[in-house]
Amino acid sequence: MDKFRMMFQFLQSNQESFMNGICGIMALASAQMYTSFEFNCPCMPEYNYTYGIGLLTIPPIWFFMLGFVMNNNVSVLAEEWKRPTGKRKKDPTILRYMFCSITQRSLIAPAVWVSVTLMDGKSFLCAFSINLDLEKITGNYSLFRGMSEAERVRLLARIPCKDLFDQQEIRVAASRYIKCFSQACGWMFLLMMTLTAFLIRAIRPCFTQAAFLKTKYWSHYIDIERKMFDDTCKEHAKSFAKVCIQQYFEGISGEIRSFHGHRSSKYDSDDEDEDKRKSDEEKLLGIRAQDDMNKVLWNWHTCKPALALRK
Amino acid sequence: MERLKLVLQYFQSNSESISNVICVILALVSVKLYTSFDFNCPCLPQYNKLYSLGVMIVPPIILFFLGVLVNRHTGIMMDEWMRPVGHRTKNPAAVKYLFSAMLQRALLAPMVWILVTLLDGKIFICAFSLTVDPTLFSGLPNNTGLDVIKIMAKVPCKEDVIFRNSSFPKAVSRYVRCYSQAIGWSTLLFLIVLGAVGRLVKPCIDDHGTFLQTRYWSNYLDVEQKLFDETCVLHARDFARKCVVQFFEDMREDAVIRLPYPALITNTKDEWEDEEEERLHGISKQEQMDRLLNKWYYSKPELDVTRIAHRPRTCVTWEDRDGKPLFSDV
Repeated sequence: MDKFRMMFQFLQSNQESFMNGICGIMALASAQMYTSFEFNCPCMPEYNYTYGIGLLTIPPIWFFMLGFVMNNNVSVLAEEWKRPTGKRKKDPTILRYMFCSITQRSLIAPAVWVSVTLMDGKSFLCAFSINLDLEKITGNYSLFRGMSEAERVRLLARIPCKDLFDQQEIRVAASRYIKCFSQACGWMFLLMMTLTAFLIRAIRPCFTQAAFLKTKYWSHYIDIERKMFDDTCKEHAKSFAKVCIQQYFEGISGEIRSFHGHRSSKYDSDDEDEDKRKSDEEKLLGIRAQDDMNKVLWNWHTCKPALALRK
Repeated sequence: MERLKLVLQYFQSNSESISNVICVILALVSVKLYTSFDFNCPCLPQYNKLYSLGVMIVPPIILFFLGVLVNRHTGIMMDEWMRPVGHRTKNPAAVKYLFSAMLQRALLAPMVWILVTLLDGKIFICAFSLTVDPTLFSGLPNNTGLDVIKIMAKVPCKEDVIFRNSSFPKAVSRYVRCYSQAIGWSTLLFLIVLGAVGRLVKPCIDDHGTFLQTRYWSNYLDVEQKLFDETCVLHARDFARKCVVQFFEDMREDAVIRLPYPALITNTKDEWEDEEEERLHGISKQEQMDRLLNKWYYSKPELDVTRIAHRPRTCVTWEDRDGKPLFSDV
């Protein structure tokens, strides 16, 4: 249990490594989902293309949106975007940086799905079997003799289905051809993604390094400040509750004492209790009423403080 | 758990060993990618060579760029190369050292892919079955009506119907695979000999003293970058904590703030408050932090830390409303 707690703490402390972990898990989930999904081409001319291309494009969109949902920074970004200016100016470069980093992480799982689909080749086979020029591929020019156009198209549409198409050699040759094309597209896609990432990561320092340091620091600061505020509120609530309850018990005990007219030694505090009470009072930071706390929470959003500490 | 922490700490402290580990992991990924890739020769004369050479060349390019991307030294090298001079002269030897180190590590995974490809032989068979002379082997199917080129192009697809009950494709494949493996082993031998010769001859060519200096300053740049990032992170944390506490305290009722300064000034700050103030290093405003980050890039400080060892202590003087000093550190 201790080991898990330490691992969890380590991951939580470093927000970036936590997000990278989630990103990696989603990429693996995407690959696993593809392998366990049972591809089922309809083998009908009207639906083949829709099914094939739909399977190539819709799950990536879904993974992309899931990436946004699972990323904590999305709510931080939204908050920073919508808050009133208050005493602290807004910096559009920070918003852009946060949006870019969220988008980059969310694009990995969709890219994995698209490349695995293309490398496998089934969706291309389903979508493009109708457009094949079978006679040129197999060299057999007597395949479609005596068939009308509609019958030819229907025959071609049945190629992806092993059990519906009789001539296995033609089917194997055609699926090899399309799969080869699909894999070439897959490798090209991977090459484009890698080149884009390389251009962004390796060439960027040539242009905007100073501004990049600034935006990286302040976007990390916003994230940490939000966490600190939540932690401070939690501690404050705890101390508030403790002092409130202490006061209540003391109040009641005062009433009971005056009612019964005898002294009780239970509430004589020794040094340790005094210290604890003092530290609880200190943790309250001067906010001791519900209205004051409400004002604190309201102003935190509507009028954020300036980034200037008093010494 | 302790042992794991020690191992992690060792690897984290030594940036070169992390780069080596990542490099090896990328090579293993390359092998795994090859084994899980479903190689699918088209078995058509026009496309065989194109497909095979494509599969042999495009993945190494991708792996090379990936290797450059995940290497930490790339960022450090670009930083050192592109930064303005500031107070610190640039170190071109360090840039060259980092570049060659990064290049060597990035080339490992592509080399592994190419070697695995050659030793396996599938790609060579697909690419070069067309160029084999069929008369060297017996059993060429001659009743299919297809010309020789088309039959040779189908050799990589052994299960094709024209090769039923024929050992022709297996014989041709074995022949081409032989060549492929010979080229693979020769390439491996060549690379190893090149590496060994390079290692042995380098001390004779390069001045070892200069090499030690270059290696030291390259490592220094890496460590400095890491420490700067860590200091920024710690600073942001303390800045945030103080900002939040200050915000809470500002919302207090006015009556509390208008209390006069206590008559007796004593250093009763808690220890942890002192530590936090120290971590802020006096940077407590947004403009100060922005100026600091800007200067870190445009005008890096000189490599001279004798000042911090003998810096004077910042002194504070409390004065009352008339300007009379009440208490002074001086």
